[in-house]
Amino acid sequence: MWAYVANRIGLAAVVVLIALSVNFAIPRIMPGDPVEQQLAAISAAGGQTGDMAEAAKALRQRFQLDRPIWEQYLGYLWNVARADLGVSVANYPQRVSEIVLSGLPWTVGLLGLSTLISFGLGTLTGALMAWPSAPRALRLLALPLVLVSAIPYFVIGLVLLALLGIVWPILPVAGGYPFGQVMNADLPTALGVLKHGILPALSIVLASLGAWALAMRGMVVSVLGEDYMMLAEAKGLTERRIFLAYGVRNALLPQFTQLALKLGALVSGAILVEVIFAYPGIGYKLYVAIGQKDVFVVQGIVLLLSLSIAAAMLILDLFYPLIDPRVAARSS
Amino acid sequence: MRRALNLAREEPGLIIGLVILGGLAALSAMAPLLVDVSLAEIGAARPRRPPGAQHWLGTDGQGRDVLASLLVATPRTLFIGLLAGLIGLGLGGALGLVAGWFRGAADAVIRTVADVFMTIPAIAVLVLVGTSVRSMSVALMALVVAGLSWMAPARAVRAQVLSLRERPWIDVARLNGQSGVAIVAREILPNLAPYLAASFVVAVSTAILATVGLEALGLGPQNELTLGMMIYWAQYGGAILRGMWWWWAPPVLALIAIFVALFLISTGMDRLVNVRLRAAS
Repeated sequence: MWAYVANRIGLAAVVVLIALSVNFAIPRIMPGDPVEQQLAAISAAGGQTGDMAEAAKALRQRFQLDRPIWEQYLGYLWNVARADLGVSVANYPQRVSEIVLSGLPWTVGLLGLSTLISFGLGTLTGALMAWPSAPRALRLLALPLVLVSAIPYFVIGLVLLALLGIVWPILPVAGGYPFGQVMNADLPTALGVLKHGILPALSIVLASLGAWALAMRGMVVSVLGEDYMMLAEAKGLTERRIFLAYGVRNALLPQFTQLALKLGALVSGAILVEVIFAYPGIGYKLYVAIGQKDVFVVQGIVLLLSLSIAAAMLILDLFYPLIDPRVAARSS
Repeated sequence: MRRALNLAREEPGLIIGLVILGGLAALSAMAPLLVDVSLAEIGAARPRRPPGAQHWLGTDGQGRDVLASLLVATPRTLFIGLLAGLIGLGLGGALGLVAGWFRGAADAVIRTVADVFMTIPAIAVLVLVGTSVRSMSVALMALVVAGLSWMAPARAVRAQVLSLRERPWIDVARLNGQSGVAIVAREILPNLAPYLAASFVVAVSTAILATVGLEALGLGPQNELTLGMMIYWAQYGGAILRGMWWWWAPPVLALIAIFVALFLISTGMDRLVNVRLRAAS
């Protein structure tokens, strides 16, 4: 058991270190000198630059680009450890961590809630699709659900936006709360936030539901042939009990594995959905920062994404032995 | 011919998917015959015209004919997917082969690296690269995306090689005195072909998904038109909010067609491969 936990934590630590290193390395490997680019951009915009060589030197010193590479690397790790991600270039002197944190609750709320809904609903639908005595109509659902799940999240978002926001305008099309609304902890605010979340959440749910349903259907079909299913029936258990405690429970394990594997894809999908709906989470902040060429904000958000996925996977990994004791037993 | 008909009856999805993709490819290959391709240049026509006799699908906010843009952009998007898929499959297949055949240390290293790469979200690396280069091109994008799509093929091939190398005919080949390279080339690779084909489709689909996502964030090639860039420009120009459906709907529909087709092909091939598996065992 503890060997398994140590193993998982170790792997997560490696992933975090690699994510940090990638974040550090890629901007430095890429051709082009950021300092020269910045100066070129300033002078192209008609800004006062004075002595270019002097300015370049000052900039290099300011961002410590004149130090040896390993010193820069250690300094970077130290800064990240103190949650210091630098300052925004476009919205100087706002701190990057501030910008990122302001978007975080929106993303966590939207992604968490819609993933929960789609995972639960999809798993249940999939289980029922495979269950012999379930309504036949459910089985007809399979094809449309699965085809929709082949389409990228944000493309579904675009279509929903056009259909339910423009053609039949029943839902707000942009933002996370009513325009000009003062955020209070009261009912109207909550309703406004909820209403603005429906379309983005619906896009994510629709896009991911089919995959959960399909995987679950496959698992339940294979569970149906097991001996213990026949035994449960022979014992005279109620159909409901057999379905939930014998069928779903045993088929559920691979679904959680899938959840861990798909986290990255889920987050990428949600980011783009936020962009489509101008939803104020970190995905939209990333889009805005890319548009403003706000390098440090982009790096900060990218780092946060990698770290939170690593953390989420670690949590799932640590929960897994509770659902399936064999996992920990096998690895130790 | 009869085999093709049989296949169509057993796997209609596979055939439908191939027909959709083939149709899209054929349409874009015939683009110069159907429309004046130069109309896909900025400012070639009056901007924001609804569909009409002159421009069948109207024009976009920058004065491009939407139909011409569509026919120029579709093959580029498919090309990125194919190129990135090929590179990803080649790289992943080779690594999977090495890991499965030699096992031991090589296997441990390759497996760990693949696991770690799968944990780091592709979009994070893509965004970093996209913001770090001065200008994105179609070829560079394919290359970057390929660097992030080799893990799934590597895993699939490794698992397959591990099972194949224990088969009796491999032992026979070894007893015949064939070298390791010869065994891999003559005995393993041919048996891997269906799995490689199935992984290829998945790799292409992942690659297109990644590029389109990158483009939607505004990190795509600014000077070359792809389906993702068409959607980006439409989104940028507020096409949906202004009710200019002819601007955003065609690339969206084309993308939906591509993804559904790839999905149908991949599930169809999966089933074919598994049938063969079942018959073999």
